[in-house]
Amino acid sequence: MMKIAKYVAYDIIRNRFVLLYTLFLLIVTVSMYSLDSDAGKSTLSLLNIILLVVPLVSVIFTTMHFFNSYEFIELLLSQPVNREKVFISEFLSVALALSLAFIIGVALPTVLLANNAAAVYLIFSGVLLTFVFVSLASLASVLTRDKAKGIGIALLFWIYFTLIYDGLILYVIYSFSDYPLEKVTLLLSSLNPVDLARIVILLKLDISALMGYTGAFYQNFFGSSTGAIYAFLLLLAWIIIPLWVALRKFIRKDI
Amino acid sequence: MKITTAACLLFITFLSQAKTWIVDQRKNITSIQKAIALASSGDTIRVMPGLYREGNLIVKKTLALMGVDYPVLDGENKYEIFTVTGKNILISGFKLINTGRGSLEDISGISAVQTKGLIVRNNKFENTFFGIHLANSSKSLIENNTLRANAEAEYQIGNGIHAWKCDSLNIRGNDIAGHRDGIYFEFVTHSHIEKNFSHGNMRYGLHFMFSHHDAYVANTFHNNGAGVAVMYTQDVNMIANRFEDNWGSSSFGLLLKDIRDSRIEGNLFAKNTVSIFMDGSSRCHFEKNVFRENGWAVKIQANCDENIFKANSFLSNTFDMATNGSLVLNKVDYNYWDNYQGYDLNKDGIGDLPFHPVSLYSMVVEKMPSSIVLWRSFLVYLLDRSEKVVPSITPESLKDSHPVMKNYDYHF
Repeated sequence: MMKIAKYVAYDIIRNRFVLLYTLFLLIVTVSMYSLDSDAGKSTLSLLNIILLVVPLVSVIFTTMHFFNSYEFIELLLSQPVNREKVFISEFLSVALALSLAFIIGVALPTVLLANNAAAVYLIFSGVLLTFVFVSLASLASVLTRDKAKGIGIALLFWIYFTLIYDGLILYVIYSFSDYPLEKVTLLLSSLNPVDLARIVILLKLDISALMGYTGAFYQNFFGSSTGAIYAFLLLLAWIIIPLWVALRKFIRKDI
Repeated sequence: MKITTAACLLFITFLSQAKTWIVDQRKNITSIQKAIALASSGDTIRVMPGLYREGNLIVKKTLALMGVDYPVLDGENKYEIFTVTGKNILISGFKLINTGRGSLEDISGISAVQTKGLIVRNNKFENTFFGIHLANSSKSLIENNTLRANAEAEYQIGNGIHAWKCDSLNIRGNDIAGHRDGIYFEFVTHSHIEKNFSHGNMRYGLHFMFSHHDAYVANTFHNNGAGVAVMYTQDVNMIANRFEDNWGSSSFGLLLKDIRDSRIEGNLFAKNTVSIFMDGSSRCHFEKNVFRENGWAVKIQANCDENIFKANSFLSNTFDMATNGSLVLNKVDYNYWDNYQGYDLNKDGIGDLPFHPVSLYSMVVEKMPSSIVLWRSFLVYLLDRSEKVVPSITPESLKDSHPVMKNYDYHF
């Protein structure tokens, strides 16, 4: 398995797309931190990029890569290798390559230029989000044979988690605004990996505004070790569950 | 000439008449009670170090009571320590501990009733119910005292410095912590509160009710239960104070309720959930203040009118302003907003486009507090953007027509 993963990863890293992605992140991060003297504000601007761009790139690159290397996968499967191993190594190599790009592009300059707690959370969430969306995109790519359809489904995942889901939460809050909604919104928003990452970082950045009742409630929860473990486990679940479903599909799939 | 000489002579004879009594547990006058009884008006009583358990000390003469090296006066959790009434009394250099507590009576470290020219200076208060309680007094100076209490709930404790129906007080350089209100004013006029440090009090750092023509200058209010409240008052000057770290949903840096004709100038508001909350206030001037890293810099209810916000700096606040209606009768002009995104083509230092400090989402959060959870999501960004292009919900008239491009250089 490691051998396949190594070759695929090597292939990806040579790919211009990942290089460009790294360069893009690097330029954005460095310019953000050098533009504004207030490191907190730059971290905020970066937050928007990470919540939007990282999932988008992960989703598109994973599906593109999967469909482009379809023939290679077919070739591999004609050999006496386990389907499970092929699929997992594909997933791991893509996720690791993109995470590496993220670490070089965002984490390194952030650590060098801004050393606040929010930045550390930002880096962690960025890597985890990369894994989550690579996993979701892997699911999208085994769901269909058609490349366009696969990318379409993957993009749908992206739009759903970054935009539509928040709209639904806002609708719920609006419709039930007469009721105490703290626990419900906490639960609902934590079920979305993008929201979860955002809230965890927000608790470090906009702390004064959040210290109203709602914010204090969140702070209590996510500030405790139970909350941190809960958040981490949920993100882990968002990586493992789609991947597991995709794996089931892939094993049974007629290639 | 003759008259002056005569006056001088009279003064000298008066001085020579004034005696100094020394209270020392190892000498003949061992109790303060006794010294007070022996002394006549104009005398000085010096109290040597030691622990004095003498219950309630009542002072009705013009006396100067001075502690040497902080003699400890213990109220044994039963008594009020000093009860003072009269003219020109001085109390300084004592350590007052363990007064009684009461739910009907305001038992205090020093209680002054109908005094004039009282001076309370350099005392330490520990575990007192009320620290200094002034009623119906005037022209008094409360200076450089340290007050500490450690109650766990509001009902267990009184105020640090409590003034009721007083005039011309001067409260300066005190350090107050752990009380219900740090400083409490009710019906107090023409008074001056300066350079005090009020922190970690259960309710307000400073509480003002019906107290006209007062000023508080260069005080620091830090981490109090609900910040500073100024209510039902007119003509108050609040200048160069620091309001910091007041966190909580009903916690404010500065709460203005029914305030008229006041000035709020050169203050620093940092890291408060809401740094100024205004309700029913009119004709107040906010100038040269700095709002930094607050949740809401200013929450102004629609029932406020003719207030002027000018030349303030708004830096790194989550929301710059919030309001609860579309009617705006206040003026906002020439402020610096770090969220301003306009341009300045003619380079006169003033942005060419007006700035709208109220964002759509701040109105949404005002109505539904739990929606703060979506703050900084892409959806909210889109909502705010579209509202900026075509304002329909946010009050169009609440705007800064002359946003300054460069931050004012205010130092704290």
